[in-house]
Amino acid sequence: MASVISISNLNKTFRAADGSVVNALEGINLDIQQGEFVSLIGPSGCGKSTLLRIMADLIQPTSGNVAVNGKAASQARKDRDYGFVFQNATLYDWRTVIKNVELPLEIMNYPKDQRNSRAREMLKLVELGDFADRYPYQLSGGMQQRVSIARALSFQPKIMLMDEPFGALDEMTRERMNNELLHIWSSLEGMTVIFVTHSIAEAVYLSSRVVVMSPRPGRIAQTVDVDLPRPRGPETRDMDAYFRYTSMVRHALRGTSPGEVESAPSRSEAIE
Amino acid sequence: MTDSAASRESTIAVVARAERPPSETSSFRTLLITLGLLFAMVLIWEGLKAFSQANNYEITVAGVNIDLTIFNNSQLPHLSDIAASLFEPAQRNGPPLWQMLMGSVGVTLLSALQGFLLGGIIGFALAVLFAHFGALSRGLLPFVVASQTVPILAIAPMIVIWFGRVGASNLAVAVIAAYLTFFPVTIYTLRGLVSVPTTALELMQTYAASKLQILWKLRLPNAVPQIFTALKIASTASVVGAIIGELPSGAQDGLGIAILNFARYYNQSPPRLWATIFIAGLVGILFFTVIAIIERLVVRWKPESAET
Repeated sequence: MASVISISNLNKTFRAADGSVVNALEGINLDIQQGEFVSLIGPSGCGKSTLLRIMADLIQPTSGNVAVNGKAASQARKDRDYGFVFQNATLYDWRTVIKNVELPLEIMNYPKDQRNSRAREMLKLVELGDFADRYPYQLSGGMQQRVSIARALSFQPKIMLMDEPFGALDEMTRERMNNELLHIWSSLEGMTVIFVTHSIAEAVYLSSRVVVMSPRPGRIAQTVDVDLPRPRGPETRDMDAYFRYTSMVRHALRGTSPGEVESAPSRSEAIE
Repeated sequence: MTDSAASRESTIAVVARAERPPSETSSFRTLLITLGLLFAMVLIWEGLKAFSQANNYEITVAGVNIDLTIFNNSQLPHLSDIAASLFEPAQRNGPPLWQMLMGSVGVTLLSALQGFLLGGIIGFALAVLFAHFGALSRGLLPFVVASQTVPILAIAPMIVIWFGRVGASNLAVAVIAAYLTFFPVTIYTLRGLVSVPTTALELMQTYAASKLQILWKLRLPNAVPQIFTALKIASTASVVGAIIGELPSGAQDGLGIAILNFARYYNQSPPRLWATIFIAGLVGILFFTVIAIIERLVVRWKPESAET
């Protein structure tokens, strides 16, 4: 398996409003293989979104190397190697649902009939085929986010960068979206997903690997390989192994080891 | 909750939102309110006149005499007299006033329209330039703002003289109207072009979109609501600009010329000037309404709001 994203010795410093220097990211080393589903998790301020944006070449690192598909991140962006999904759906209000999905295809000069058929296919994939001619304001938040996922998939990128895409959704909708995302990921062979979240349950449920980050300065505290069987479904959330993994991630976030239990993670707490 | 239940719920939400009261009821209510306000204004106008006449145009409040002669028939004619004047000839053996004014309306509206287009194009071009060249914007914007603090009445004669020298005096009025219209178009369009949500712009960057594509597919559509606000302001401003521009132009016809004439002969027939002023107001409202209707047809991606 080829390395899709390779980050070494990455640092990012910001100058805060009061002039002080903030270490957003320090000494990040991360290698992501093709076909992996990797979650970045951590408290706010740990730099997980910044790291994702650096991979996307939306932000420049202060120092260090970022290679995407073996190229500089800026080249990968120009080659349209990845699709990006934002926390808010970021649909264009003035475009209908299908026109929103066609947007990247228009930018990339796909022929018109191909744009339309591809967009319809993607809308069907996210189960919004009947909503093609609606405007975004007519959709619920979950539906809007599904449109934005269809849009990111429309030009068939091999990498998906997702920045807390379900963070604004209620728990029920979020679990449903998790299942749909896993379904899409497994149906698209070889797709790599890097997924930023602050939900332990979501990270463990989705990922093949969870990268736990700690704040000030933003560092990778630990990575947890999640070896739960696939395909995963509602029953996965009831497995003992699932609870073990969530508690491992929780301990990694707290900086404690599973042995030194400050408050034993009960089953109810694990479902947070 | 099962998947189908959840999707059914979101479908219900969509349907519920689609079931807003039909727009006919709201526009009927708007019509009622407008008529009510008109009626109230007529009542106040005629009520003040009747009250003043009954008190011999002078009342004493707490020992202070207040002169009410401004409400007599030569200062503030009866609305019925103003309406009647429209159907009487303005000159001996001439056509009725309304017919004469229609010709003036045509002349002024043409200048206003030319000024609106010219000002709109210049205003729009400036906004696009300013949006893309920050340094240019910082350097030129103060001059654009300063241009609007100069009283238009002071520059209008100069514009008339300049355009007369180059043999284009028929354009002078339109240029004066354009002078008033370009400014709101620049300011509002610029705001619309620049106030793009950060993530909407980042989305374009992830597609490696060109500056032209970003302008065309993001900044411009994003600015459309603000552009329409600007055009609505510009529509009335262009009528005002055309009327003011006619005053020093030495033109033969136009609402400005008619206002000038009827003001000169005000003592002979006050209702004529008032009638002309009302017609000028109606022209502005008409222009504004046309733009508002076009806006409704174009901006369909927003829920209908109470804003008009």
